[in-house]
Amino acid sequence: MAHAAQVGLQDATSPIMEELITFHDHALMIIFLICSLVLYALFLTLTTKLTNTNISDAQEMETVWTILPAIILVLIALPSLRILYMTDEVNDPSLTIKSIGHQWYWTYEYTDYGGLIFNSYMLPPLFLEPGDLRLLDVDNRVVLPIETPIRMMITSQDVLHSWAVPTLGLKTDAIPGRLNQTTFTATRPGVYYGQCSEICGANHSFMPIVLELIPLKIFEMGPVFTL
Amino acid sequence: MLDVEAQEPPKGKWSTPPFDPRFPSQNQIRNCYQNFLDYHRCLKTRTRRGKSTQPCEYYFRVYHSLCPISWVESWNEQIKNGIFAGKI
Repeated sequence: MAHAAQVGLQDATSPIMEELITFHDHALMIIFLICSLVLYALFLTLTTKLTNTNISDAQEMETVWTILPAIILVLIALPSLRILYMTDEVNDPSLTIKSIGHQWYWTYEYTDYGGLIFNSYMLPPLFLEPGDLRLLDVDNRVVLPIETPIRMMITSQDVLHSWAVPTLGLKTDAIPGRLNQTTFTATRPGVYYGQCSEICGANHSFMPIVLELIPLKIFEMGPVFTL
Repeated sequence: MLDVEAQEPPKGKWSTPPFDPRFPSQNQIRNCYQNFLDYHRCLKTRTRRGKSTQPCEYYFRVYHSLCPISWVESWNEQIKNGIFAGKI
């Protein structure tokens, strides 16, 4: 989850998110370099004692500051497209989970083997135990195995919602009448949080997503219900 | 209809529906619906010919894994009432 006043991205829990973080660093570095160059040029222009009222054209400079930005844009576009196609690769999922958005909770269906279907409501503030996260913790978490390609099928029963887990680099809209597919592989165990990312009414901010990623051996032992 | 045990995957054999190149895009609604139709068509044809309906279990497992259960229940209700829009 994000910590208070966090500005940067959360640590990656999937290979795609690792790529996205690297790309973000790359693009941000280019932005910082351009900004500092412009600020420096502005500073020089504003503090010079020289005057020249006779400037007419500057063809060489104009050529440079047209070609160079074009090259920079290509250098940003190529890694971006690489990651875009990487997210669309045909991987061989081992598990399919359905996530259905409602106003204002999620329903998860594990129907590969038998049928486990449950709702996931945010814990109301009065029901929080010490140590629980306000507005983030839920009553039933989505338990999944690590290091397994998982296919999520996301849809909605009423209005638009969006199923997002930033640490996995996932955000997929839940659209009624549509069954959006997204795949991911988690690399480390843990509890990861996300929030509904498409305005859906009064309690849009109060329908979070919590994934609990556990080793495959423990996942295979079957659901463990705690009262 | 097949009984529940017959439709369950063999132990250790079934994992999840594989990638279907007929439906490569993000919206998998067609994948879910097509397998639902194929299951019922398979049942109807094989029952009419007096053959075992065991091969139809594959389509059942695929649509069961992909389709939200509420959709499946509503389609089954429509089939039972004779108002299902698809061609079976």
